[in-house]
Amino acid sequence: MNIQLMDRVATDQKIKLAIADCDIHPTPKSVPVEIYPYLSKRWQDYMETYGIIYRQGFPTGPAFPKGQPNAARRDAYPPGGGKPGSDLDFMRSQHLDPNNVQLGILNPLSCGQGVQNQDFSAAYCNAVNHWQIAEWTSKESRLKASLMVPYEDPSASVKEIDLWGGDSNFAQILLLSRTAEPLGQRKYWPIFEAACRANLPVAVHAFGYGGAPVTGGGWPSFYIEEMVGHAENTQSLLTSMVFEGVFERFPTLKLILVEAGFAWLPALSWRLDKLWNRMRAEIPHVTRPPSELIRQHVWLTTQPMEEPEPREHLLDTIEWIGWEKLLFATDYPHWDFDEPSRALPIRVGKEQKEAFFLKNALELYNLN
Amino acid sequence: MSKYVVAAANEILPGQRKLVNVRGRPILIFNLDGDYFGILDRCPHQGASLCKGQLVGLVESDRPGQYNFTRNNEIIRCAWHGWEFDIRTGKSRCEPEKIKATQYNINTKTGSEIIEEAYEAETFDVAVEDNYVVVHL
Repeated sequence: MNIQLMDRVATDQKIKLAIADCDIHPTPKSVPVEIYPYLSKRWQDYMETYGIIYRQGFPTGPAFPKGQPNAARRDAYPPGGGKPGSDLDFMRSQHLDPNNVQLGILNPLSCGQGVQNQDFSAAYCNAVNHWQIAEWTSKESRLKASLMVPYEDPSASVKEIDLWGGDSNFAQILLLSRTAEPLGQRKYWPIFEAACRANLPVAVHAFGYGGAPVTGGGWPSFYIEEMVGHAENTQSLLTSMVFEGVFERFPTLKLILVEAGFAWLPALSWRLDKLWNRMRAEIPHVTRPPSELIRQHVWLTTQPMEEPEPREHLLDTIEWIGWEKLLFATDYPHWDFDEPSRALPIRVGKEQKEAFFLKNALELYNLN
Repeated sequence: MSKYVVAAANEILPGQRKLVNVRGRPILIFNLDGDYFGILDRCPHQGASLCKGQLVGLVESDRPGQYNFTRNNEIIRCAWHGWEFDIRTGKSRCEPEKIKATQYNINTKTGSEIIEEAYEAETFDVAVEDNYVVVHL
Protein backbone atom coordinates (compact mmCIF):
# COMPACT_ATOMS: atom_id res chain seq x y z
CA MET A 1 0.00 0.00 0.00
CA ASN A 2 1.22 3.50 -0.77
CA ILE A 3 1.30 5.98 2.07
CA GLN A 4 1.00 9.62 1.09
CA LEU A 5 -0.14 12.72 2.84
CA MET A 6 -3.30 14.12 1.35
CA ASP A 7 -3.09 17.13 -0.90
CA ARG A 8 -6.11 18.98 0.44
CA VAL A 9 -6.74 21.10 -2.65
CA ALA A 10 -6.61 18.12 -4.97
CA THR A 11 -9.00 16.25 -2.68
CA ASP A 12 -11.61 18.96 -3.00
CA GLN A 13 -11.53 18.77 -6.76
CA LYS A 14 -11.97 15.02 -7.01
CA ILE A 15 -15.23 13.44 -8.10
CA LYS A 16 -16.89 12.23 -4.96
CA LEU A 17 -16.78 8.57 -4.13
CA ALA A 18 -20.09 6.85 -3.38
CA ILE A 19 -20.37 6.33 0.36
CA ALA A 20 -22.44 4.71 3.06
CA ASP A 21 -23.15 6.94 6.04
CA CYS A 22 -23.79 4.64 8.98
CA ASP A 23 -24.79 7.34 11.47
CA ILE A 24 -27.40 9.93 10.43
CA HIS A 25 -29.64 11.48 13.08
CA PRO A 26 -33.22 12.29 12.07
CA THR A 27 -35.43 14.34 14.39
CA PRO A 28 -39.20 14.85 14.29
CA LYS A 29 -40.27 18.26 12.97
CA SER A 30 -42.88 18.24 15.69
CA VAL A 31 -43.59 15.42 18.14
CA PRO A 32 -47.37 16.07 18.22
CA VAL A 33 -47.58 16.19 14.42
CA GLU A 34 -45.21 13.38 13.50
CA ILE A 35 -45.10 11.02 16.50
CA TYR A 36 -48.54 11.30 18.13
CA PRO A 37 -50.32 9.57 15.21
CA TYR A 38 -48.49 6.41 16.28
CA LEU A 39 -48.95 6.86 20.05
CA SER A 40 -52.20 5.87 21.76
CA LYS A 41 -54.24 8.65 23.38
CA ARG A 42 -53.20 7.24 26.76
CA TRP A 43 -49.52 7.95 26.03
CA GLN A 44 -50.20 11.29 24.34
CA ASP A 45 -51.96 12.41 27.53
CA TYR A 46 -49.16 10.99 29.66
CA MET A 47 -46.57 12.93 27.69
CA GLU A 48 -48.56 16.16 27.87
CA THR A 49 -48.98 15.75 31.63
CA TYR A 50 -45.69 14.27 32.84
CA GLY A 51 -43.26 14.61 29.93
CA ILE A 52 -40.35 12.26 29.31
CA ILE A 53 -38.26 11.31 32.35
CA TYR A 54 -34.90 9.76 31.50
CA ARG A 55 -32.82 7.52 33.71
CA GLN A 56 -30.33 10.19 34.72
CA GLY A 57 -29.69 12.54 37.63
CA PHE A 58 -30.54 15.72 35.77
CA PRO A 59 -34.22 16.49 35.30
CA THR A 60 -34.20 18.08 31.86
CA GLY A 61 -31.93 18.05 28.85
CA PRO A 62 -28.70 16.14 28.43
CA ALA A 63 -26.39 15.59 31.41
CA PHE A 64 -23.78 17.78 29.70
CA PRO A 65 -24.27 20.71 27.35
CA LYS A 66 -23.07 20.16 23.80
CA GLY A 67 -20.31 21.62 21.61
CA GLN A 68 -22.92 23.56 19.61
CA PRO A 69 -26.66 24.14 20.31
CA ASN A 70 -28.74 20.97 19.77
CA ALA A 71 -25.35 19.24 19.27
CA ALA A 72 -25.75 20.36 15.66
CA ARG A 73 -23.73 21.97 12.89
CA ARG A 74 -24.75 25.63 12.84
CA ASP A 75 -25.34 25.41 9.10
CA ALA A 76 -27.72 22.43 9.39
CA TYR A 77 -30.89 24.31 10.37
CA PRO A 78 -33.47 23.80 7.59
CA PRO A 79 -34.31 27.09 5.84
CA GLY A 80 -38.02 26.38 6.36
CA GLY A 81 -37.57 26.10 10.13
CA GLY A 82 -37.30 23.19 12.53
CA LYS A 83 -34.38 21.39 14.12
CA PRO A 84 -31.36 20.05 12.23
CA GLY A 85 -32.19 16.61 10.85
CA SER A 86 -35.94 17.27 10.68
CA ASP A 87 -36.31 18.06 6.96
CA LEU A 88 -35.70 15.32 4.39
CA ASP A 89 -35.41 17.68 1.40
CA PHE A 90 -32.78 19.76 3.17
CA MET A 91 -30.92 16.61 4.24
CA ARG A 92 -30.88 15.59 0.58
CA SER A 93 -29.57 18.93 -0.67
CA GLN A 94 -27.05 19.53 2.11
CA HIS A 95 -25.78 16.00 2.66
CA LEU A 96 -27.12 12.99 0.72
CA ASP A 97 -26.71 14.45 -2.79
CA PRO A 98 -23.46 16.48 -2.54
CA ASN A 99 -21.69 13.77 -0.54
CA ASN A 100 -22.97 10.99 -2.82
CA VAL A 101 -24.49 8.97 0.02
CA GLN A 102 -25.80 5.68 -1.43
CA LEU A 103 -26.80 4.22 1.91
CA GLY A 104 -27.72 6.20 5.02
CA ILE A 105 -28.47 4.51 8.34
CA LEU A 106 -30.86 6.51 10.52
CA ASN A 107 -30.16 6.50 14.26
CA PRO A 108 -32.86 8.48 16.11
CA LEU A 109 -31.62 9.73 19.50
CA SER A 110 -33.73 10.86 22.46
CA CYS A 111 -36.58 9.00 20.80
CA GLY A 112 -37.98 6.68 23.47
CA GLN A 113 -34.88 4.87 24.72
CA GLY A 114 -33.63 5.25 28.28
CA VAL A 115 -37.04 6.46 29.44
CA GLN A 116 -37.76 5.46 33.04
CA ASN A 117 -41.43 4.59 32.50
CA GLN A 118 -40.94 1.22 30.78
CA ASP A 119 -44.39 1.06 29.20
CA PHE A 120 -44.01 4.60 27.83
CA SER A 121 -40.54 3.72 26.53
CA ALA A 122 -41.98 0.72 24.65
CA ALA A 123 -44.87 2.76 23.20
CA TYR A 124 -42.57 5.60 22.13
CA CYS A 125 -40.03 3.28 20.49
CA ASN A 126 -42.85 1.64 18.55
CA ALA A 127 -44.15 5.06 17.43
CA VAL A 128 -40.67 6.10 16.29
CA ASN A 129 -40.37 2.89 14.26
CA HIS A 130 -43.59 3.78 12.43
CA TRP A 131 -42.39 7.38 12.03
CA GLN A 132 -39.06 6.40 10.46
CA ILE A 133 -40.91 4.50 7.72
CA ALA A 134 -43.63 7.13 7.21
CA GLU A 135 -41.38 10.20 7.10
CA TRP A 136 -38.03 8.83 5.91
CA THR A 137 -37.51 5.38 4.40
CA SER A 138 -40.77 5.31 2.40
CA LYS A 139 -39.80 8.67 0.84
CA GLU A 140 -36.07 8.09 0.33
CA SER A 141 -34.79 4.67 -0.74
CA ARG A 142 -31.19 5.52 0.19
CA LEU A 143 -32.16 5.63 3.85
CA LYS A 144 -32.63 2.66 6.18
CA ALA A 145 -34.15 2.80 9.65
CA SER A 146 -32.91 1.49 12.99
CA LEU A 147 -35.28 -0.70 14.93
CA MET A 148 -35.78 1.15 18.23
CA VAL A 149 -36.23 -1.09 21.26
CA PRO A 150 -36.90 -0.20 24.92
CA TYR A 151 -33.76 -2.12 25.90
CA GLU A 152 -34.21 -1.92 29.69
CA ASP A 153 -37.29 -4.09 29.20
CA PRO A 154 -35.95 -7.03 27.19
CA SER A 155 -39.28 -8.84 26.82
CA ALA A 156 -40.88 -5.69 25.35
CA SER A 157 -37.81 -5.32 23.13
CA VAL A 158 -38.19 -8.87 21.84
CA LYS A 159 -41.85 -8.16 21.07
CA GLU A 160 -40.83 -5.12 19.01
CA ILE A 161 -38.10 -7.04 17.16
CA ASP A 162 -40.46 -9.92 16.36
CA LEU A 163 -43.07 -7.42 15.16
CA TRP A 164 -40.75 -5.87 12.55
CA GLY A 165 -38.36 -8.76 11.83
CA GLY A 166 -37.99 -9.24 8.08
CA ASP A 167 -39.15 -5.70 7.25
CA SER A 168 -36.57 -4.36 4.82
CA ASN A 169 -37.01 -0.78 6.05
CA PHE A 170 -34.86 -1.72 9.05
CA ALA A 171 -31.12 -2.35 8.77
CA GLN A 172 -30.24 -2.87 12.43
CA ILE A 173 -31.46 -2.89 16.02
CA LEU A 174 -30.40 0.22 17.96
CA LEU A 175 -29.29 0.39 21.59
CA LEU A 176 -27.49 3.17 23.46
CA SER A 177 -24.19 2.49 25.21
CA ARG A 178 -25.09 3.63 28.70
CA THR A 179 -27.39 0.87 29.86
CA ALA A 180 -28.55 0.35 33.45
CA GLU A 181 -26.34 -2.74 33.78
CA PRO A 182 -23.25 -3.80 31.81
CA LEU A 183 -24.58 -4.82 28.42
CA GLY A 184 -23.22 -8.38 28.45
CA GLN A 185 -25.30 -9.36 31.49
CA ARG A 186 -27.99 -11.98 31.02
CA LYS A 187 -30.84 -9.53 31.45
CA TYR A 188 -30.14 -8.33 27.89
CA TRP A 189 -29.67 -11.75 26.26
CA PRO A 190 -33.23 -12.05 24.94
CA ILE A 191 -32.51 -8.97 22.78
CA PHE A 192 -29.41 -10.62 21.29
CA GLU A 193 -31.31 -13.85 20.72
CA ALA A 194 -34.12 -12.02 18.90
CA ALA A 195 -31.58 -10.06 16.83
CA CYS A 196 -30.02 -13.31 15.62
CA ARG A 197 -33.48 -14.69 14.84
CA ALA A 198 -34.31 -11.56 12.80
CA ASN A 199 -30.84 -11.66 11.20
CA LEU A 200 -30.23 -8.01 12.16
CA PRO A 201 -26.99 -6.56 13.56
CA VAL A 202 -27.17 -4.85 16.95
CA ALA A 203 -25.79 -1.30 16.83
CA VAL A 204 -24.81 0.36 20.09
CA HIS A 205 -24.58 4.14 19.78
CA ALA A 206 -22.60 6.16 22.31
CA PHE A 207 -24.68 8.17 24.84
CA GLY A 208 -27.73 7.08 26.76
CA TYR A 209 -29.17 7.16 30.21
CA GLY A 210 -27.87 4.37 32.43
CA GLY A 211 -28.02 6.40 35.61
CA ALA A 212 -24.31 5.81 36.29
CA PRO A 213 -21.56 8.36 35.51
CA VAL A 214 -19.99 8.19 32.04
CA THR A 215 -16.62 7.45 33.63
CA GLY A 216 -15.63 4.76 36.12
CA GLY A 217 -14.41 7.52 38.43
CA GLY A 218 -17.53 9.65 38.89
CA TRP A 219 -19.22 12.59 37.22
CA PRO A 220 -16.73 14.75 35.27
CA SER A 221 -16.94 18.56 35.17
CA PHE A 222 -16.81 19.19 31.44
CA TYR A 223 -18.53 18.19 28.19
CA ILE A 224 -15.09 17.46 26.74
CA GLU A 225 -14.70 14.74 29.38
CA GLU A 226 -18.03 13.22 28.43
CA MET A 227 -16.83 13.10 24.81
CA VAL A 228 -13.77 11.12 25.95
CA GLY A 229 -15.90 9.02 28.30
CA HIS A 230 -17.86 7.46 25.43
CA ALA A 231 -14.78 5.46 24.45
CA GLU A 232 -14.22 4.33 28.04
CA ASN A 233 -17.87 3.44 28.47
CA THR A 234 -17.95 1.48 25.20
CA GLN A 235 -14.83 -0.46 26.18
CA SER A 236 -16.63 -1.49 29.36
CA LEU A 237 -19.69 -2.75 27.52
CA LEU A 238 -17.56 -4.68 25.03
CA THR A 239 -15.54 -6.24 27.85
CA SER A 240 -18.80 -7.25 29.52
CA MET A 241 -20.11 -8.85 26.32
CA VAL A 242 -16.88 -10.80 25.80
CA PHE A 243 -16.50 -12.10 29.35
CA GLU A 244 -20.18 -12.80 30.01
CA GLY A 245 -20.01 -15.13 27.01
CA VAL A 246 -22.50 -13.32 24.74
CA PHE A 247 -20.52 -14.14 21.60
CA GLU A 248 -20.15 -17.79 22.64
CA ARG A 249 -23.87 -18.08 23.34
CA PHE A 250 -24.95 -16.24 20.14
CA PRO A 251 -22.43 -17.24 17.47
CA THR A 252 -24.21 -15.35 14.68
CA LEU A 253 -24.49 -12.05 16.58
CA LYS A 254 -23.11 -8.99 14.79
CA LEU A 255 -22.29 -6.00 16.99
CA ILE A 256 -21.70 -2.47 15.65
CA LEU A 257 -20.14 0.13 17.97
CA VAL A 258 -21.25 3.58 16.84
CA GLU A 259 -19.54 6.93 17.55
CA ALA A 260 -17.21 5.69 20.25
CA GLY A 261 -13.91 5.88 18.35
CA PHE A 262 -11.90 2.82 17.33
CA ALA A 263 -8.19 3.40 18.02
CA TRP A 264 -8.60 1.96 21.52
CA LEU A 265 -9.68 -1.44 20.20
CA PRO A 266 -6.19 -2.94 19.66
CA ALA A 267 -4.97 -1.96 23.14
CA LEU A 268 -8.17 -3.21 24.79
CA SER A 269 -7.93 -6.51 22.92
CA TRP A 270 -4.30 -7.00 23.99
CA ARG A 271 -5.26 -6.47 27.61
CA LEU A 272 -8.26 -8.79 27.40
CA ASP A 273 -6.14 -11.52 25.79
CA LYS A 274 -3.43 -11.18 28.39
CA LEU A 275 -5.85 -11.49 31.29
CA TRP A 276 -7.77 -14.31 29.61
CA ASN A 277 -4.52 -16.29 29.35
CA ARG A 278 -4.07 -16.03 33.10
CA MET A 279 -7.61 -16.16 34.48
CA ARG A 280 -9.38 -18.32 31.96
CA ALA A 281 -10.66 -20.60 34.73
CA GLU A 282 -12.79 -17.78 36.16
CA ILE A 283 -14.71 -17.62 32.89
CA PRO A 284 -14.39 -21.10 31.32
CA HIS A 285 -17.36 -20.33 29.05
CA VAL A 286 -15.04 -18.03 27.05
CA THR A 287 -13.28 -20.68 24.99
CA ARG A 288 -11.38 -18.48 22.54
CA PRO A 289 -9.09 -15.44 22.98
CA PRO A 290 -11.14 -12.24 23.32
CA SER A 291 -9.39 -10.69 20.31
CA GLU A 292 -10.66 -13.56 18.12
CA LEU A 293 -14.24 -13.09 19.34
CA ILE A 294 -14.01 -9.34 18.73
CA ARG A 295 -12.62 -9.81 15.21
CA GLN A 296 -15.44 -12.19 14.36
CA HIS A 297 -18.35 -10.28 15.88
CA VAL A 298 -17.57 -6.55 16.09
CA TRP A 299 -17.73 -3.69 13.56
CA LEU A 300 -17.11 -0.01 14.35
CA THR A 301 -18.24 3.24 12.74
CA THR A 302 -15.50 5.75 11.99
CA GLN A 303 -16.79 9.08 13.25
CA PRO A 304 -15.37 10.87 15.17
CA MET A 305 -12.32 9.88 13.16
CA GLU A 306 -9.06 9.41 15.00
CA GLU A 307 -6.49 12.08 14.06
CA PRO A 308 -3.05 10.87 15.26
CA GLU A 309 0.24 12.58 14.53
CA PRO A 310 2.05 11.20 12.66
CA ARG A 311 -0.96 10.25 10.58
CA GLU A 312 0.60 6.97 9.44
CA HIS A 313 -0.19 5.52 12.87
CA LEU A 314 -3.81 5.49 11.78
CA LEU A 315 -2.91 2.86 9.19
CA ASP A 316 -1.29 0.61 11.79
CA THR A 317 -4.43 0.87 13.92
CA ILE A 318 -6.83 0.15 11.06
CA GLU A 319 -4.74 -2.74 9.79
CA TRP A 320 -4.85 -4.36 13.24
CA ILE A 321 -8.63 -3.93 13.46
CA GLY A 322 -9.14 -4.94 9.81
CA TRP A 323 -10.15 -2.70 6.90
CA GLU A 324 -13.28 -4.82 6.53
CA LYS A 325 -14.49 -3.99 10.07
CA LEU A 326 -14.86 -0.21 9.79
CA LEU A 327 -18.05 1.50 8.58
CA PHE A 328 -17.84 5.09 7.43
CA ALA A 329 -20.13 7.54 9.22
CA THR A 330 -20.54 11.32 9.29
CA ASP A 331 -22.90 11.86 12.27
CA TYR A 332 -24.91 14.35 10.17
CA PRO A 333 -26.29 16.82 11.26
CA HIS A 334 -24.32 16.89 14.50
CA TRP A 335 -21.52 19.35 15.16
CA ASP A 336 -18.75 16.75 15.13
CA PHE A 337 -19.69 15.75 11.55
CA ASP A 338 -16.87 14.12 9.56
CA GLU A 339 -16.68 15.51 6.02
CA PRO A 340 -16.25 12.47 3.73
CA SER A 341 -13.49 13.92 1.52
CA ARG A 342 -11.48 15.11 4.53
CA ALA A 343 -12.18 12.48 7.16
CA LEU A 344 -9.54 9.93 6.19
CA PRO A 345 -6.33 11.98 6.46
CA ILE A 346 -4.15 9.52 4.58
CA ARG A 347 -4.15 8.19 1.06
CA VAL A 348 -4.87 4.48 0.86
CA GLY A 349 -5.34 1.88 -1.88
CA LYS A 350 -8.52 1.79 -3.95
CA GLU A 351 -9.68 -1.50 -2.49
CA GLN A 352 -9.34 -0.34 1.11
CA LYS A 353 -10.97 2.98 0.32
CA GLU A 354 -14.02 1.40 -1.33
CA ALA A 355 -14.39 -1.08 1.52
CA PHE A 356 -14.04 1.64 4.15
CA PHE A 357 -16.49 4.07 2.55
CA LEU A 358 -19.15 1.74 1.13
CA LYS A 359 -18.66 -1.98 0.62
CA ASN A 360 -18.25 -3.00 4.26
CA ALA A 361 -21.64 -1.50 5.06
CA LEU A 362 -23.39 -3.03 2.04
CA GLU A 363 -22.05 -6.45 2.99
CA LEU A 364 -22.81 -6.18 6.69
CA TYR A 365 -26.38 -5.05 6.04
CA ASN A 366 -26.90 -7.63 3.24
CA LEU A 367 -27.62 -4.87 0.70
CA ASN A 368 -25.38 -6.05 -2.12
CA MET B 1 -1.05 41.28 -7.39
CA SER B 2 -4.42 42.51 -8.65
CA LYS B 3 -7.01 44.55 -6.80
CA TYR B 4 -10.72 43.78 -6.77
CA VAL B 5 -13.51 46.04 -5.55
CA VAL B 6 -15.91 43.87 -3.57
CA ALA B 7 -18.16 46.26 -1.68
CA ALA B 8 -18.82 49.84 -0.71
CA ALA B 9 -17.31 50.53 2.71
CA ASN B 10 -20.69 51.35 4.25
CA GLU B 11 -22.00 47.92 3.29
CA ILE B 12 -19.79 46.38 5.99
CA LEU B 13 -20.07 48.45 9.15
CA PRO B 14 -17.97 47.81 12.27
CA GLY B 15 -18.91 44.42 13.72
CA GLN B 16 -20.40 43.24 10.42
CA ARG B 17 -19.17 40.71 7.90
CA LYS B 18 -19.87 40.02 4.23
CA LEU B 19 -19.22 37.05 2.03
CA VAL B 20 -17.87 38.01 -1.42
CA ASN B 21 -16.60 36.07 -4.39
CA VAL B 22 -13.32 37.01 -6.00
CA ARG B 23 -12.15 35.01 -9.01
CA GLY B 24 -14.15 32.02 -7.82
CA ARG B 25 -12.86 32.27 -4.27
CA PRO B 26 -15.39 32.85 -1.49
CA ILE B 27 -13.85 35.41 0.83
CA LEU B 28 -15.35 36.52 4.11
CA ILE B 29 -14.72 40.23 4.79
CA PHE B 30 -14.87 41.48 8.39
CA ASN B 31 -14.93 45.01 9.76
CA LEU B 32 -13.38 45.10 13.24
CA ASP B 33 -13.69 48.68 14.55
CA GLY B 34 -12.90 50.11 11.14
CA ASP B 35 -10.17 47.66 10.24
CA TYR B 36 -11.03 45.27 7.41
CA PHE B 37 -9.86 41.67 7.23
CA GLY B 38 -10.49 38.90 4.74
CA ILE B 39 -10.48 35.14 5.33
CA LEU B 40 -11.08 32.39 2.81
CA ASP B 41 -14.56 31.07 3.60
CA ARG B 42 -13.37 27.52 4.06
CA CYS B 43 -12.27 26.11 7.39
CA PRO B 44 -8.76 24.65 7.00
CA HIS B 45 -9.79 21.69 9.15
CA GLN B 46 -12.59 19.97 7.18
CA GLY B 47 -13.79 22.64 4.78
CA ALA B 48 -16.91 24.06 6.47
CA SER B 49 -18.09 27.54 5.51
CA LEU B 50 -16.67 29.88 8.17
CA CYS B 51 -19.39 32.35 7.22
CA LYS B 52 -21.86 30.16 9.14
CA GLY B 53 -19.70 30.30 12.26
CA GLN B 54 -20.19 32.26 15.43
CA LEU B 55 -18.32 35.48 16.28
CA VAL B 56 -16.89 35.08 19.76
CA GLY B 57 -14.31 36.67 22.02
CA LEU B 58 -11.04 35.31 23.25
CA VAL B 59 -11.25 33.36 26.51
CA GLU B 60 -7.90 32.78 28.18
CA SER B 61 -6.84 31.54 31.57
CA ASP B 62 -3.62 31.96 33.51
CA ARG B 63 -4.56 29.18 35.88
CA PRO B 64 -7.62 27.03 36.63
CA GLY B 65 -10.43 29.14 38.03
CA GLN B 66 -9.25 32.40 36.48
CA TYR B 67 -10.71 33.60 33.18
CA ASN B 68 -9.96 36.57 30.96
CA PHE B 69 -12.43 37.48 28.25
CA THR B 70 -11.08 39.95 25.71
CA ARG B 71 -11.33 40.88 22.04
CA ASN B 72 -15.09 40.39 21.83
CA ASN B 73 -16.23 39.43 18.30
CA GLU B 74 -12.68 39.20 16.93
CA ILE B 75 -12.63 35.39 16.77
CA ILE B 76 -14.66 33.31 14.32
CA ARG B 77 -15.67 29.88 15.67
CA CYS B 78 -16.36 27.25 12.99
CA ALA B 79 -19.96 26.10 12.60
CA TRP B 80 -18.96 22.44 12.69
CA HIS B 81 -16.16 21.46 15.07
CA GLY B 82 -15.72 24.80 16.82
CA TRP B 83 -12.16 25.55 15.69
CA GLU B 84 -11.42 29.20 16.55
CA PHE B 85 -9.61 31.55 14.15
CA ASP B 86 -8.24 34.99 14.92
CA ILE B 87 -9.81 37.24 12.28
CA ARG B 88 -6.82 39.60 12.40
CA THR B 89 -4.29 36.89 11.50
CA GLY B 90 -6.29 33.90 10.28
CA LYS B 91 -4.43 31.73 12.76
CA SER B 92 -5.99 29.00 14.82
CA ARG B 93 -6.08 29.79 18.52
CA CYS B 94 -5.53 26.26 19.77
CA GLU B 95 -1.89 25.74 18.79
CA PRO B 96 -0.43 29.25 18.59
CA GLU B 97 3.22 28.32 19.22
CA LYS B 98 3.27 25.80 16.42
CA ILE B 99 1.49 28.18 14.07
CA LYS B 100 3.66 31.22 14.88
CA ALA B 101 6.69 29.20 14.02
CA THR B 102 5.38 28.38 10.57
CA GLN B 103 5.79 30.77 7.65
CA TYR B 104 3.07 30.64 5.03
CA ASN B 105 4.97 29.97 1.85
CA ILE B 106 2.72 29.12 -1.05
CA ASN B 107 5.51 28.56 -3.58
CA THR B 108 7.60 25.87 -1.99
CA LYS B 109 5.91 23.35 0.18
CA THR B 110 7.08 20.18 1.83
CA GLY B 111 4.73 17.59 3.24
CA SER B 112 5.35 18.78 6.81
CA GLU B 113 4.67 22.40 5.87
CA ILE B 114 1.36 21.35 4.34
CA ILE B 115 0.34 19.79 7.63
CA GLU B 116 1.27 22.92 9.56
CA GLU B 117 -0.44 25.22 7.10
CA ALA B 118 -3.56 23.16 7.46
CA TYR B 119 -4.15 24.90 10.79
CA GLU B 120 -3.96 28.40 9.35
CA ALA B 121 -6.88 29.93 7.47
CA GLU B 122 -5.83 31.60 4.24
CA THR B 123 -5.93 35.39 4.66
CA PHE B 124 -6.14 38.23 2.16
CA ASP B 125 -5.17 41.88 2.44
CA VAL B 126 -8.21 44.12 2.52
CA ALA B 127 -8.00 47.92 2.33
CA VAL B 128 -10.46 50.81 2.06
CA GLU B 129 -9.69 52.99 -0.98
CA ASP B 130 -12.03 55.83 -1.77
CA ASN B 131 -14.71 54.20 0.36
CA TYR B 132 -14.62 50.88 -1.44
CA VAL B 133 -13.49 47.64 0.10
CA VAL B 134 -10.71 46.25 -2.10
CA VAL B 135 -9.28 42.77 -1.97
CA HIS B 136 -5.68 42.30 -3.07
CA LEU B 137 -5.30 38.90 -4.67
